[in-house]
Amino acid sequence: MSGPTTAGGTGRAGAAGPGGRAEPLLRVAGLSVGAPGGPRIVDGVSFEVPEATTVGLIGESGSGKTMTARAIIGLLPGGVEAGGTLRWRGEDLLGAGPGRRRAVRGREIAMIFQDPLAALNPTQRIGRQVGEILRRDGLPRREVRRRVVELLGLAGVPEPEERMRRYPHEFSGGLRQRAMIALALAGSPALLLADEPTTALDVTVQARILRLLRSVQRERGLAMLLVSHDLRVVAHTAHQVVVMYAGRVAERGAARQLLARPAHPYTAALVRSVPAVRTRSALATPLPGSPANPAERPAGCAFHPRCPLARERCRTRVPEVREVAPGRFSACHFAAEVFGS
Amino acid sequence: MTTAVREERPGGTGGALLDVRGLRVTFGGRGRRRRGGFVAVDGVDLTVGPEETLGLVGESGSGKTTVARCVAGLIRPDAGGVHFEGRPLGPAGRRGAAQRAVQMVFQDPRSSLNPRLTVASVIGEAWRTHPAAAPEGDREVALRGLLADVGLGPEVADRRAAELSGGQCQRVSIARALAVRPRLLVCDEAVSALDVSVQAQILGLLAGLRRSHRLAMLFITHDLGVVRQIADRVAVMRRGAVVEEGPTDEVLDAPRHEYTRALLDAALDLNGPGPEGEAA
Ligand SMILES: Nc1ncnc2c1ncn2[C@@H]1O[C@H](COP(=O)(O)OP(=O)(O)OP(=O)(O)O)[C@@H](O)[C@H]1O
Ligand SMILES: Nc1ncnc2c1ncn2[C@@H]1O[C@H](COP(=O)(O)OP(=O)(O)O)[C@@H](O)[C@H]1O
Ligand code: SF4
Ligand SMILES: [Mg+2]
Ligand SMILES: [Mg+2]
Repeated sequence: MSGPTTAGGTGRAGAAGPGGRAEPLLRVAGLSVGAPGGPRIVDGVSFEVPEATTVGLIGESGSGKTMTARAIIGLLPGGVEAGGTLRWRGEDLLGAGPGRRRAVRGREIAMIFQDPLAALNPTQRIGRQVGEILRRDGLPRREVRRRVVELLGLAGVPEPEERMRRYPHEFSGGLRQRAMIALALAGSPALLLADEPTTALDVTVQARILRLLRSVQRERGLAMLLVSHDLRVVAHTAHQVVVMYAGRVAERGAARQLLARPAHPYTAALVRSVPAVRTRSALATPLPGSPANPAERPAGCAFHPRCPLARERCRTRVPEVREVAPGRFSACHFAAEVFGS
Repeated sequence: MTTAVREERPGGTGGALLDVRGLRVTFGGRGRRRRGGFVAVDGVDLTVGPEETLGLVGESGSGKTTVARCVAGLIRPDAGGVHFEGRPLGPAGRRGAAQRAVQMVFQDPRSSLNPRLTVASVIGEAWRTHPAAAPEGDREVALRGLLADVGLGPEVADRRAAELSGGQCQRVSIARALAVRPRLLVCDEAVSALDVSVQAQILGLLAGLRRSHRLAMLFITHDLGVVRQIADRVAVMRRGAVVEEGPTDEVLDAPRHEYTRALLDAALDLNGPGPEGEAA
């Protein structure tokens, strides 16, 4: 069975910006990911990452957030391929050869992974791993060392001269995540893809890491794609939000406005399910059912089996992504209604 | 009731279901006094009343899990002890009737279930271990009822844990704990690894079960939002000790201890300050 055909492939959904606008740092248009002939794990995803901006990518587990990030950096698992358009500063990345992709990776686009222990080499000292890209640039040993100490310090690793000689297993979870950040910043990328950077950490460490990412982002004018299933983390960190459901974009727009006034029933349900810390007895309302698996995506609107507003049309027709307000896009047949209410 | 910064315990423990008193746990070290060891828990007192939920919060390494493991009888404290309904609780496996009255649900739903066993055999095993709690009538019907209690359909009974999602595995862990009709459920970060949507489902489920099954809970989490939702009272741990305790809304609205305030400051809310900083 091939996936539903309506929303895929056209690659136009997000491309129709106001005429003559400058090309954003990254433009993702009609991105799809899947095994050839198989279902689309990611299906027609479009959004933009402007320079020096943090874009939050949210959705339940399995919604395709990690796959989207991996497609952007060009590190998809074996057997799955990306289609559609990825424009990096106007350059077509999916059409670029492997040499060019490798050159972009680490130096222009870098990624920090959900599980730093799996991403770091257990047999190499932290300092060596952070300095790898600098050594490849042919920097002299001394200079590499100096920069590694500086990067670890910037990432908030205390006593970097001492710590750079340690191995990943000698670091706590929070320190490992900091080492990953230092490693990602080593190539001075313009875009950082951060996949659930704080999900495994406790609140106090999480707050420190988010503060760090925010300050690095501001100081270096870095753009960031922050992948998280925690809406609170995204609300705290992102300027723009992209909400994914079953491999597709449900809604996207400016972060605060989107979370305060969703234009898609899925976003509204996610927002209602977040437990509040500072307000009394604001009971979170659970979202019924379980997330749709992109491989067995329901026909029509993939969210319809869980949607309180679902009507006949939702079961058969895939909703198009439409602009409901300037800069706000929603893939719901009744977006205007949801947004207005 | 008032929020008491921990100095003196408010009143007696009359009617407490669970009474943890003077708990001290040292890891490593030499001899009976464990000289040179690491003191993970040092003088913790806690009580949980019948049908009450006590939230236990604190940053990583503060000793929450260690307390839970003592309550479960998996660790023997070097001092102090755990009483259940006024009687001391021995090590796991030697607790008599209390063995089944106190059940645990852990953070990682996958590693706490045997991936090769079907859900039906996971529950069946719980009933074999505690025949006193096994249903008298039709087990199929009882199993279906139990799965329905945790929001799972009957078709899940024949599936193996390996074929279930994280949220489904966590429900099965809860069903297994409930199968033996416990009085106290100890949940250690039972929802931390789950999506907010699934997390809200499980929290709603536990709140309902609390009423229908008359359950008391010791609920460990580092998420203050979760505590706000589920706990009647909250105890805050830091470096092996309880630094503040009181009714949840009082502690979270007006924390007395600076460490509780720091935890609250670090906690994020949906409508807190955004990336451009302090203007909320
Ligand atoms: N088996 C052990 N041997 C040695 N030290 C241990 C052992 N188990 C726990 N510790 C230490 O005891 C302290 C308390 O650990 P505990 O697991 O109770 O923390 P916690 O509050 O549950 O933290 P988290 O939020 O990370 O789960 C930590 O410093 C930990 O490193
Ligand atoms: N290596 C892989 N090959 C094929 N499908 C995969 C692979 N890894 C993950 N998937 C599937 O892709 C979908 C999206 O996964 P992922 O991007 O990891 O989701 P998220 O990061 O949003 O939790 C899921 O249905 C998952 O089962
Ligand atoms: S299209 Fe229909 S089912 Fe989908 S989100 Fe909108 S109302 Fe709900
Ligand atoms: Mg992921
Ligand atoms: Mg723990």
